[in-house]
Amino acid sequence: MSCLQTIADYGLRSLGFGERLLPSSDFTLCQQFTLIGSGMIWNIYFGVVALALGFFLSTALALGKASDHLIARKASEWFIFLFRGSPLFIQFFFAYFAFLALKSSHPAFDPLTSAWLGAAIVLFLNTSAYAGEIFHGALQSVPKGDIEAAEAYGITGWKRFRRITFPTMLRLAWPAYTNEAIFLFHATTLVFFSGFPAWQQRGDALYYANYFADKTFNPFVPYPILAFYFILLTLTVITIFGLINRRLTRHLPQEARPRMRLRPMLVR
Amino acid sequence: MFACADPQSLEKFDWLVCYLTSGKHVLFYQSFGVVLLLLAITAPVSLAFGFLGASAARSQITPLRWFGKGYTAIVRGVPDIAFFMFFVIALDQFFEYLRHKVKCPDWDLPIRQGSDFIVCAQAKLPLSTAPQWQHETYGFSLAVLTFAIVFGAFAANVLFGAMRSVPHAQLETAEAYGFSRRQTFWRIVVPQMWIYALPGLSNLWMILIKATPLLFLLGVEDIVYWARELGAAKQARFSDYPHGDWRLYYFAALLAFYLLLTRISEIVFARITRRLSHGQATAAGEKQRKAAA
Amino acid sequence: MRKLILSTAALALMSGAALAQETVRLGTEGAYPPYNYLDDNGEVAGYERELGDAICAQAELTCEWVTNDWDSIIPNLVSGNYDVIIAGMSITDERDEVIDFTEAYFPADPSAFISTSDAFDGTGEADAVLADKAFLEPIVAESGGELVFAGEDVILGDGIGIGVRESDGELKDKLNAAIAALKADGTVNTLIEKWFEGMEGPY
Repeated sequence: MSCLQTIADYGLRSLGFGERLLPSSDFTLCQQFTLIGSGMIWNIYFGVVALALGFFLSTALALGKASDHLIARKASEWFIFLFRGSPLFIQFFFAYFAFLALKSSHPAFDPLTSAWLGAAIVLFLNTSAYAGEIFHGALQSVPKGDIEAAEAYGITGWKRFRRITFPTMLRLAWPAYTNEAIFLFHATTLVFFSGFPAWQQRGDALYYANYFADKTFNPFVPYPILAFYFILLTLTVITIFGLINRRLTRHLPQEARPRMRLRPMLVR
Repeated sequence: MFACADPQSLEKFDWLVCYLTSGKHVLFYQSFGVVLLLLAITAPVSLAFGFLGASAARSQITPLRWFGKGYTAIVRGVPDIAFFMFFVIALDQFFEYLRHKVKCPDWDLPIRQGSDFIVCAQAKLPLSTAPQWQHETYGFSLAVLTFAIVFGAFAANVLFGAMRSVPHAQLETAEAYGFSRRQTFWRIVVPQMWIYALPGLSNLWMILIKATPLLFLLGVEDIVYWARELGAAKQARFSDYPHGDWRLYYFAALLAFYLLLTRISEIVFARITRRLSHGQATAAGEKQRKAAA
Repeated sequence: MRKLILSTAALALMSGAALAQETVRLGTEGAYPPYNYLDDNGEVAGYERELGDAICAQAELTCEWVTNDWDSIIPNLVSGNYDVIIAGMSITDERDEVIDFTEAYFPADPSAFISTSDAFDGTGEADAVLADKAFLEPIVAESGGELVFAGEDVILGDGIGIGVRESDGELKDKLNAAIAALKADGTVNTLIEKWFEGMEGPY
């Protein structure tokens, strides 16, 4: 079987298209590359969904934690502590348990126990807590002068937040937020590994790497392939976030633009 | 104590006491110690790896610099779980191979026979005659080393940034006073970099704590291993304490453990930050100075 | 004094080398009752524990039990972290390419698919779990109808044997001899009848 044929058969296997049965003997490098790559679709899906939705919740959590309103502050603090203070692994376990209980109470909750929804929700909550903490830290460091200047110009309330506070907060938080995004993508490998069952062998990259390691009894091929894909993914994330960073800081004079140094780490 | 010989006949409370003190539970309790010990050893070792990595990345010797940068870039780009899946076996084989070269130079059989990895009996780590505790200690050390390699890369990244954050004017001043590069590094950069590294390092510590559930992948029987084992439904045929699926309770205990550990760490780090800020050219240090004046 | 210590150390080393031939580390999973599981004291127990001990006694080997995660049980064997696998492992062609097996100590048990009652359409692994029927039976019984056996039973492989490294021919011969002897004197049958309810000793 040529490699192109393999790609046609297994390239979208993780979504359920193409060849139904996974290869079971005479494993080629091409098969391993194709299937593990196919699994990356899920890793990217989980990462993108959680990140996109998490952005809004984390902003809300950061504002909540900084707010004077006691209930909003306490709720945000506890949410962040709970999700940052416990391993994702255990969060998946409890979430799956809870989803199973919901499922048995009403059929409307059925999709919660499948990974595409259930795991995405857990990752969304998890990354919101981490990013919320990052944004909160940035919010605290917004220069006092900026706010005072806005007030002097009569910019207040929602408008001040949207035009002054929020963009500055983003700019300050961006390097750490990039780190969080990288870690979120790494964390997506835990979905099928410790949380949710892979229905009809549709799994993520780690799931297929594990499959090959199990069948060939040789871990030294599939896991480095997995590592290779993740290095590519990480580089892509860094590039995209770098471009956004350029846009966020485009009004600043060249030297004052903070370079994308990925060092302050607020991570998983 | 109660007589636990015949658990079926015991009342609820006595049953629970007997259950929670069974040999298996004692192993479970000990595994908490294993996790704490691993954290206590891994943290300084990772820090050392990180320091070496960061120093290498700053080095003027090009290959060394590439090595330092490559190490941090590659290891940080890969999910830790992917490393854990094959690293321990790789490390183990690497060490045995080295020992084999030293101890059995006359060995003429190939080391790889098909899929077998064969070294002479004297090169085995630990020797196959060694008692089980030595095997376990060795396995534990490999786990520590694997953790340290992974987290060392993150620490290197943090320290590299911290070294660059030490105000440049200070380095120039040192140079003006005739400090050599080496002196500047050890007397100016290293003592001051910690305050800049602290936020990153404290986060790293938090990640390290939360990576310990992956220990079972490294062949160490940790708290998650025992929680699963104990929590799984037990049939009367195979246990004196049959019960249904109790994993929820065991995982709740783990959750409490991790939250507690996180909380304690937060408090400790807040204290260290306060102490390290003292006399530093940072906003917090400035605040302390003003408050004292 | 110093010389004395040295000589005892040398002695210890020598006896260690002599023993080296005879300590065999037995790798198992510890999570597959009734074949192997951990008892309330955290010790390996089950059919394979008793059989393994009997084999070691018969072959005059000193044995030590080690547990290892199922996923990496073969890589750790070929890498030399223990010497045999005795973990309810069916003898299959794929595994036989990588490791060697002794004679079976348990007959080819019908394996079965279980699945949630509605999902299965018979195409194999994709929709269902395949495992030894003896392991699955209590699980299906306790699932309250949610899990069912699906499709036909399959006879997988040539029974369950002890896995050894391909380069370990000598050990394999020793184990084979011990298994043959225990089959002949009825020990294997007795143990099977003890651990597998309603099953008759086949040897």
